[in-house]
Parts: sequence; C-alpha cells; structure tokens
Amino acid sequence: MHHARGLRRRLALLLAVLVVLLGPAATGCGREGSPPVKGPQPEDLPDYHVATGFQLPDSRTWERARKRGRLVIGVKEDQPYLGEKDPASGRYSGFDIEIAKMLAASLGFDPDRQIEFRTVASANRETALQNGQIDYYVGTYTINDNRKKQVGFAGPYYLAGQSLLVRKDEKDIHGPGDLKGKKVCSAAGSTPLQRMQKEHPEAVLVSYDTYSVCVDNLLTYQVDAVTTDDTILLGYAAKVPDELKVVGKPFSTEPYGIGVPRGDTALRLALDDALAEHEKNGDWKKAYDATLGLSGNPAPKPPAIDRYPAS
Amino acid sequence: MTVHSLHGDLQSTALYDIPGPKARRRHFLYGILSTVLIVALAGWILYLLFDTGQFTAAKWAPFTYEGIQRLLLEGLGNTLKAFAYASVLSLALGAVLATGRLSAHRPVRWLATLFVEFFRAMPVLVMIFFIFVALKVQPLPALVAGLTLYNGSVLAEVFRSGINAVDRGQREAAYALGMRKTQVMTFVLAPQAVRAMLPTIISQLVVALKDTSLGFLITYEEFLHAGKLIASNLDYDLPFIPVVLVISPIYIGLCMLLSWFATWVARRERRSFKTRAVEVAPAEPGTVLPGQL
Amino acid sequence: MDVLIENFSLYAQGFLGTVELTVYASLLALVLGFLMASFRVAPVGSFRAFGTVWVTVLRNTPLTLLFFAVLLGLPRFGLVLPFEVFAVIALGCYTSAFICEALRSGINTVPKGQGEAARSLGMSFTQTLGTVVLPQAFRSVIPPIGSTLIALAKNSAIAGAFSVTELLGTYKTLNELGYSIIWTFVWIAVGYLIITLTISALFNVLEKRYGVAR
Repeated sequence: MHHARGLRRRLALLLAVLVVLLGPAATGCGREGSPPVKGPQPEDLPDYHVATGFQLPDSRTWERARKRGRLVIGVKEDQPYLGEKDPASGRYSGFDIEIAKMLAASLGFDPDRQIEFRTVASANRETALQNGQIDYYVGTYTINDNRKKQVGFAGPYYLAGQSLLVRKDEKDIHGPGDLKGKKVCSAAGSTPLQRMQKEHPEAVLVSYDTYSVCVDNLLTYQVDAVTTDDTILLGYAAKVPDELKVVGKPFSTEPYGIGVPRGDTALRLALDDALAEHEKNGDWKKAYDATLGLSGNPAPKPPAIDRYPAS
Repeated sequence: MTVHSLHGDLQSTALYDIPGPKARRRHFLYGILSTVLIVALAGWILYLLFDTGQFTAAKWAPFTYEGIQRLLLEGLGNTLKAFAYASVLSLALGAVLATGRLSAHRPVRWLATLFVEFFRAMPVLVMIFFIFVALKVQPLPALVAGLTLYNGSVLAEVFRSGINAVDRGQREAAYALGMRKTQVMTFVLAPQAVRAMLPTIISQLVVALKDTSLGFLITYEEFLHAGKLIASNLDYDLPFIPVVLVISPIYIGLCMLLSWFATWVARRERRSFKTRAVEVAPAEPGTVLPGQL
Repeated sequence: MDVLIENFSLYAQGFLGTVELTVYASLLALVLGFLMASFRVAPVGSFRAFGTVWVTVLRNTPLTLLFFAVLLGLPRFGLVLPFEVFAVIALGCYTSAFICEALRSGINTVPKGQGEAARSLGMSFTQTLGTVVLPQAFRSVIPPIGSTLIALAKNSAIAGAFSVTELLGTYKTLNELGYSIIWTFVWIAVGYLIITLTISALFNVLEKRYGVAR
C-alpha cells in the first residue's frame, strides 16, 4: 500500500517535469518571428560593390576562404550598434559588422551571402586567428605590441578612446575631471576599470559582468556614469539617443585594428588597401552614420592606416 | 496510521526516542511556526520580485516569440549533445582505464593509475581551458574532451571498485571451470560489477550533465549561453531574473530526473538477488563523489 | 620556468585568490551544511522538508548556473556586492548541500543502541548529542568532508571566469603578454595540486588523530 502510493507520487512528479520540459516545444505556441529590436535599419546601410576577379594567391587565408566559398569572420555579439547579434534571428549588425562586410566585398565575397559571422570572446581572439577558426576578426580589437607578437593587424579603422556615458539631463559631468564622489560603472576586471582606479580614485567605482547592466543602472539613476571605449558607449547612446549622451574628450587612445593571422602579410596589406579605398569613396562614413552616428556624435576622421612591414 | 509510520524517518537515528504526546504537541507547534516563517520568506522573495519589476510584460514578452523559443531549444539541444558525447566517451575511457588498472602487467597498471589520479586531482575547468586555449580546439570538442578525461577517470575507479567487490568465490569458481582471464572478466566479473555499480555510474553521469554548463565559459553555444544572450539585451529590458526562472527549472529538472533514476535503480538492485554476490556500498560518500565536479 | 619567475606576483595573487575563496567558501559551507543537516534530522516535519528541498535543489544545480544566477541575478534586487563575495556565496551554498549529506550519513552510521544506551543512563538530549552521537559521527565524516572540500577548491576555478581574481584566471593576462601557454597552464596545475594536496594532508592528519576504522 505504502509502496504503491510512493510510486504514484513519483510518476506524478515525472509527468510534471516532462510537461515543464516539453510544454513550450510541443505546443509551439509562439508568436512568429522575433521580438522587435532596435538596431541599424537595413535600408539605411550602404551597399558595397563586390570586387570581381579579385585574386590574392599569396594569402593562405584567402585561398582557403575561396575554396570554402565563404569568409568566416570573428566578431562580438553583445555590443549594440557595433557588433550585436539579434538573439532571435541570429543576425549580426553594427559598425564593426559593416567594416567586416565592406572588406569582404573588396576581397571578392558577397557580404549578403558569402560571409559567416562567428562570435569569438575577447580572451580567445588570438587563438581563433592562430588556428584558422576565423579568417579575420573585427570587434573592438585594440592594436598593441604584445598582440602584434601573436597576430597581424590591418588598419586601424577607428581611433577609439576611453570616455564617459551619462544621462542626457546630466549637468555636472563634462569629463573625467568631474567625477569626484560620482558613481561610475564599468565591466569587472576590464582595462577601463583599472585605468579609472589608477587615474581617478576620487570616483566611486561600481562593476558588473556586462556593460548592458551598467547602462541599465545609468538609466535608472543607480549610477552617474558608465566608462569604457567611446565606441561601445556611442553604441548604447545610439540605442536611446533621447536619454543618453557621450561627453568629454577621450582620455586614452585605442586604435582598433582588423586581426589577421600573423604570418599572412598579403591579406593584411590587401585589407589595408581595401580600407583606404572605402574611406575614400565614402562607404566608411556612410557605415558610421547608419550605426554609431545615430548617437548624435558626428563621424570623426578615420585614422591613418599603419602599413607596417612584415617582420 | 500508527506513530511508527508517521515518524518513519526518525527510526534510523540514534538521536531521538519515539516522541511522547507532550513532545509531539511541541513539535507540532514548532512545525507551524517554522512553516509560517518559510512561507513568509517565500512571500518576501516574491514581493521583492514584484517590487523590482521582474513580472512586467516587457521582460517576459520575448519568451512568447518563436525565434526566442527556438534559440532556447537549440541551446538545450547543444547541451544534450555535449552530454551525450561526453557520457558515451567517459564510459568507454572508464572501461579502458579500469582494465589498465586491473592489468597483470605492472607498467600498464602504473600508467593507468597515474592517468586516473592526475585527472581526478585537476579541476575539470582547468583541463577544458587547457584544451581550448593551449591546444586550440573548437568549443564543443574541448568541452567533451575535458568532461571525458575527468569523468572517465572517476568512472574507472567506480568500475575497478565494482570488480574488486565481486565475491572472490565467483572468480575462483570461474577459474576452476577452466575459463581464461578475459573470459572471467567479461562473462563473470564485469556483468555483476556493472549491475551493482549502476547507480553510482548514473550519479556520475549527472555530474557530467551538470558540467556541460561549463561550456558556457568557453563560448560553446549551449543552454546558458542562449539565456545570457537574451538576458543581457537592453531591448528586452534585461530579463535576467525571468531567464533564470525559465532556465533553472529545466536544468535542475533534467538533473533531478537522472538522479531519481539512479536512486530507483539502486533501490531495485538492493532487492534483486542477482547482485547478492557483490558487496554494494552506495551510502559511502567517501568512495566516489557523486555530484561533485 | 620563466613564466613563473617573471610573473611570480601575478601567480601569487591568483594563488592567494583561490586560497581565500576556498577558505571562506569552506567556512560558509560547513556552517550552512551543519545547519541543514540538523534540519534534516530534526523531529519537526517542516524543518526536514526545508532541508531536503535545499539539498535536492542545490545538488542538482549546475554550479555555473548558480554563479550566473547569483552574480547576475542578485544585483537586480539592488544587492550590489563585490564579485568575490558573490562567488563565496555561490560556492558556499552549493557545497553546503554535499557537506549536509556527509554529516547526515555520518549521524546515521552511529548505531541506534548508542543513543538508547545514553538515554537509559539518564543523559539529556544535549548530553546524548554532544558526548555520544556527535563525537562518533565526527570521526566517520572526516574523509567525505575532506573530499568535498577538495572538490570545492577545484570548483573555485569557475569564479575566475566571472572576473574574480583566482589562479585559473591568470592565464588570460599571461596569454596577452605572449608567454608560452603550455607552461602557463603547467604552473596553474601545480598551484591547484598544492592546494588540493594540502587539504588532503590536513584531513589525513585529522583522520589519524580522531578517525576510527569501522
């Protein structure tokens, strides 16, 4: 008697678990499509001219991509208007994505059909390039000498710098000098946070795992400013331009480059050429205006390209 | 109902006598008080959830779209895929290592022992990161390899202790019948050992299932990764708590299901006469660590 | 070898981070585990139920999910604490479920006759518990608690992925600096071995002094 009751109770529990597990799948009761997201509007984005008959036999990476029929490009997935993946549709969008696309077009790949974007976390960028998981990487990748020992850099395509994001109605903060006693938020363990600790100990620092949480706290008056590279901040400002703005001169220099496998100088120089061409024909500015430019900050001049010799 | 069955749980401890009428009244009072306390605690948490706006339509609306549901299901699928690979491979590796440890050749035995002891002592995450970063492997194979090395080593010990626990008479009888070493192992010892150790083996698979979530840390696009992608999106109003509320019951439910299966098998085994030749020691938490990383 | 010498302070910092996490989380786990174990053997039903739910849920929760919920979820309630504290909470709560089970099975290994004999000698409940049951239980739980705490030390590696300074996390900085990644990991592995072997040595001593062969 006791045993039978126990069995029945267990069966009931099992059933309950199964319902919880399979409920959403079995009923298929979803609204079609994906929740509305703010992002660059497709009609505003420039079309890039796909180069025909482009050849780069000296580049192993390019040859491999040609045989594969598509480029695999490493990007970020969590930075609005810079490199962001729509969770539902899986589409990527943003300024870095546009840079990746225009370069692909110059290499002879159709940006709409012959690119596969792949999310690569910051810690694994070098690895992914070194073992050929990706052909090149575009995603807030600061050029520095240590990294140059492991990967090659085309560009820079943008000169970023640490800056401050504040609410539109903020009157007291105009730059890093006004942070005394203010609550400033950044990602835990990040370089911007460490710089803040060192150079502006008068500010009250708060850290979270992701910048989106910082921004949410800014919007709800929990913190007074968010600090990191201005590109990332501009992306958030572009999302809610009526509520947020980026203030002050950047107080660091972060030249963003396109990461390529270290030995592949041919690809690096080809990307440099392509970048120069797109900066000249206006694609670069159009891409900026359709993405980060929505924050209200006008397009800066693209930085000089550093065609360093092969070592 | 007798007092006996009411307090069945207490019969096994040395702590109490069967409570008398006075004690039972007191316990009843404590029971009511503590229930009130627990309900109040739950209510307070619920209030906090409401107060911080976790049940707003904006935060839950994303889950009603097919795109999001598909994302979550794909994540769950990837989790189960990693689990399937990891469990099959760990069982195979465990069998190989156990054979090595029971080998009659000393070098083989030493090598297997060294292997097992090393991988049991290393944090599984260190191995996963090592394979992922230093050996430059894709996320899924890195995760599966890390889980296999660790769980395979643990399972090897489980198999070995299972074989050693088979009554000596069984082995002696088999040899007396003229069976060879391999025959004794495959026809006599292994079947009995596996049967007896099945609950422990399943508990270890629960560990493997839980640890697939480590894939999240090396950007394997599993269940938790899908959740994080939804949760950290500003357009969805950052639904961290809703995502946790959706994901945890499914994750925990899956693990519980497997754990219950282990307990059920164990209970059946204890009644079955087929395993009588094996001294099963399931209640000894020191032997293996079910549920540990 | 160069990796270790040139970055000794970085390694030391990571090593101390792991040690700190392990010590604080162990203390939390032992206290919570003891509390939950006493709930689980309590004569009051609702205590037992609470203890059972705590243990069942936590034992079946992936630790990564728990970290995710604690580190990203709790700040949503306005509870902003340093990540180290969150990590200690997550690790401590998780491990407390296993400590609880070890303690409970330890109490259950004490034969019923021991308690009955104590009570028939006229001992009170506190005396029975304090001088008869717990000392015997303590001896048999030393090894399982030791292995649980070793598992805790190993589990603390997850915290590194959530921006807490600890041993595994040092690989990121060293990788950026361009050191040999293999050697970086070799020294990380040595660090973990030192910690786990220390714990197991400690518990061996405890077992030698207080343990019993049953």
